[in-house]
Amino acid sequence: MTELPLIGEAPVAADSRLDGAKIGVVTFPGTLDDRDAARAVRLAGGTAVALWHADTELADVDAVVIPGGFSYGDYLRAGAISRFAPLMSKIIDAANSDAKLPVLGICNGFQILTESHLLPGSMIKNDHLKFLCRDQVLRVENNTTAWTADYEAGQEILVPLKNQDGQYIADEKTLDALEAEGRVVFRYVGFNPNGSRRDIAGITNAAGNVVGLMPHPEHAVEPGFGPESNAGTDGLGFFTSVLNKIVGGAK
Amino acid sequence: MTTETNKKFNIDTVENAANTPDTELPWAELGLKENEFDEIVKVLGRRPTGAELAMYSVMWSEHCSYKSSKNHLRQFGQKVTEEMKKDMLVGIGENAGVTNLGDGWAVTFKIESHNSPSFVEPYQGAATGIGGIVRDIISMGARPVAVMDPLRFGEIDHPDTARVMHGAVAGIGGYGNSLGLPNIGGEMVFDAVYQGNPLVNALAVGVMRHEDIRLANASGKGNRVVLFGARTGGDGIGGASVLASESFDDTKPSKRPAVQVGDPFAEKVLIECCLELFKGSLVEGIQDLGAAGISCATSELASNGDGGMQVELTSVLLRDPTLTPGEILMSESQERMMAVVTPENVEAFEAVMDKWAVEYAWLGEVTDTGRLIITWEGEVIVDVDPRTVAHDGPVYDRPYARPSWQDALQADTFTGSVQDAGRPSAPSELAAAVTELVASPNMCDKSWITKQYDRYVGGNTAMAFPDDAGVVRVDEKTGLGVALATDANGRYTYLDPYNGAQLALAEAYRNVATSGAVPMAVSDCLNFGSPEDPDVMWQLAESIRGLSDACMELGVPVTGGNVSLYNQTGSTPIHPSPVVAVLGKLDDVARRTPSGWQEDGQAIYLLGTTAAELDGSEWAKLRGHLGGLPPRVDLAAERQLGEILINASRDGMVDSAHDLSEGGLAAALVESSLRYGVGARIALEDLLERDGVDLFTALFSESQARAIVSVPRSEEVRFKDMCTARGFAHLRIGVVDAASNALEINGVETLSLDALREAHEGTLPKYFG
Repeated sequence: MTELPLIGEAPVAADSRLDGAKIGVVTFPGTLDDRDAARAVRLAGGTAVALWHADTELADVDAVVIPGGFSYGDYLRAGAISRFAPLMSKIIDAANSDAKLPVLGICNGFQILTESHLLPGSMIKNDHLKFLCRDQVLRVENNTTAWTADYEAGQEILVPLKNQDGQYIADEKTLDALEAEGRVVFRYVGFNPNGSRRDIAGITNAAGNVVGLMPHPEHAVEPGFGPESNAGTDGLGFFTSVLNKIVGGAK
Repeated sequence: MTTETNKKFNIDTVENAANTPDTELPWAELGLKENEFDEIVKVLGRRPTGAELAMYSVMWSEHCSYKSSKNHLRQFGQKVTEEMKKDMLVGIGENAGVTNLGDGWAVTFKIESHNSPSFVEPYQGAATGIGGIVRDIISMGARPVAVMDPLRFGEIDHPDTARVMHGAVAGIGGYGNSLGLPNIGGEMVFDAVYQGNPLVNALAVGVMRHEDIRLANASGKGNRVVLFGARTGGDGIGGASVLASESFDDTKPSKRPAVQVGDPFAEKVLIECCLELFKGSLVEGIQDLGAAGISCATSELASNGDGGMQVELTSVLLRDPTLTPGEILMSESQERMMAVVTPENVEAFEAVMDKWAVEYAWLGEVTDTGRLIITWEGEVIVDVDPRTVAHDGPVYDRPYARPSWQDALQADTFTGSVQDAGRPSAPSELAAAVTELVASPNMCDKSWITKQYDRYVGGNTAMAFPDDAGVVRVDEKTGLGVALATDANGRYTYLDPYNGAQLALAEAYRNVATSGAVPMAVSDCLNFGSPEDPDVMWQLAESIRGLSDACMELGVPVTGGNVSLYNQTGSTPIHPSPVVAVLGKLDDVARRTPSGWQEDGQAIYLLGTTAAELDGSEWAKLRGHLGGLPPRVDLAAERQLGEILINASRDGMVDSAHDLSEGGLAAALVESSLRYGVGARIALEDLLERDGVDLFTALFSESQARAIVSVPRSEEVRFKDMCTARGFAHLRIGVVDAASNALEINGVETLSLDALREAHEGTLPKYFG
């Protein structure tokens, strides 16, 4: 396991009920937002555990975040190489097991989840062909997943989006099935930043424990360091949702 | 390597060189002058080998040796007061300077040019510019935390500008975004003088604990020398290709790109891998490989250390097995580092390499001979005193003189010129002028560029473009952070190099203070034409003199930087463009001051006074005029203004602050309104009376040492008292009006924010899609 070197130390949230819950944050070569995801876990009150892609055992964690970045340089295809990391097979097994390990894939993490077939569809280059960094409004379409229970259904949230290969695609049948089963978790509102089919920003698996999305909730957890409106903390709900689920308490 | 390799080359050993003194060498093709070649022969006491010639030619180049600027650059080290030394932990000369931030934290930053490669191949040129500066920061032992990019391209409507723009911006984004470093600001200037010679400068900043500072030196006999990271290929060799004449093999690839090709993934892995090495204290000295590659790394490490070094060149891992020894020594392949490791740490070092899957090769060891010996399969091909390569290169006192045309240029003022005919004065004309200004290529919104950069990664970005400075948190517990701004004005510097360079510093200093940070250190990137042109050499000499004088007056030391010469097309040089970066410190980044107003009813104050200073201005540029004298420099006023802005931020007296620079008050008012989409009502009658200027001048003059701030009602008395006590000119010029959705200036037709936004934001998309 690797240790995530932090810049300074982060303030720790006060809710002691949650800090026993351990959320693993995976680092691949080329992962960029691992420290940010770990900070988000801490600010939500949980304990972040650094996981290394080459580990052959999944440490005793209660949930896993696969953060953003350019794992293996996005070479071949974003997420295509990382999907074969030793740790990924453990994560895939745990996500599909009866225990239904909660797994969140953000940006490159989402791409890894589709490459791993934990989630359907794929991401291709943005329709405008450029990297785009902006604050993006999303609508929470499904608040019954492990990662969205703290949101209201239909709630609009503002989180950063930053990617080059963010256009979600799947065949019509798959898209229809996702819609019919309520597995579209987030939709872009007001502006589709990458040409994603049906404005889809994030989806879940049938069991609701695995969620992937292109925007970055971990960059909207601390006032002053995220989007300037909405206090900039709309992303915190992802992490409190899963922590509350783990400790078994209601909101 | 087998002996087969040896057969590919006619290896020019030291022994061979001693025995064949009359062999013709391609020194001229490698860019050396005859006197320089003669000097090499004198230093060695024989003719150089092919490999030695390769090393000297790159290390004695203008880029690596600063031979034309060195005599002038000394002023940055000489004009230093005790106040300036106080927080400097590492000064000029290392990969980057290091400044003390307090609480055991240190910060290192540096700005460099990557101009020529970015013209030839904009994407890779700009990308590897980022890569190179980031490795400089890692070499100091720091974790890089942010980057910035000052860019200067040709006219916006020239067909070639789009090529450079798309390539360079995509390259900066493609590389920087993949490293996980937020891009927090920069500049974008369009001017015909940069058409055939765009300026692509790159800045990186990193932070570390004091105990983690690393220096580039090879000490300790028996310590091992290792090269790690990417393999060495034929990219970036440039002039070295003439050494291919060494080769017997005609089938080797003949055309190699002179521009380096970057692999950001390899760099990101290298960053993490180096930080892990530092954490375990596994390296004694470390040096990145940039310009001049292995030539530079071996000679600088050995020269800065206490002995010599012995290196076996066939141990270098190659991408292209046909490379000659000279080419291997000169290759500028990216994402490589060289380190010195004690024998006890070899195993631990290899474990870190293996963990990150980074390739490495043990090349040799540190010796106490005082010589840098490089062998090829055991045969000595380089035997030099490393100091003669790295530090004792030629130094030129190039002739310089004030250009014959300078007086005429300075006499040609804007006021009263043909271009000044029909100066706007009616309310509708002034409104049209403001709109034209904020839509102009240099004053328009730059988010077309910045939205292609990741500003969030790291989670510590407290402020970024379009605010005056980028602000990054260093310590999450205390909120301690740094602010950075870069500025230059080639037009001002062309009119008056001494004052122009000072104005660049003044603006960067002001931008940092505007954010609430205390300016602490300077890094400069001096972009000029050919030093062999006495006019250009005068511009360079005057700029360095001006900048070093101003640094002393403002109490901020230059801790590093870079000189880029020969920026010209044919015999036409670019405008002298000293780009100045200032770094400041914020005790708590939560106290940073953004550039736009938000709260309805807050009072808007203008700090400083306005004179009729339109020469060299953006307005004059819009009308096609360049002449006269740049705005007057008043460093005492800049310092005072800085103190007011910093105190106001610390004590919560202002909610926004925006500096006045290019485009004057007109640009600042529009930008502060559009920042959060909040309007204002402005009345400048008192200003016109106090400063004796007309409304047009009040709006478009570029007088220095000015800023606008918005002050909460509850703080107004305290704020005014502070300005009065310090004797600094301040004037209430208006009030924030959230409901109006307009910028209303008495005497100017109402400007709706929607129309201003459309004008301001429409320009770059119009030209670049």
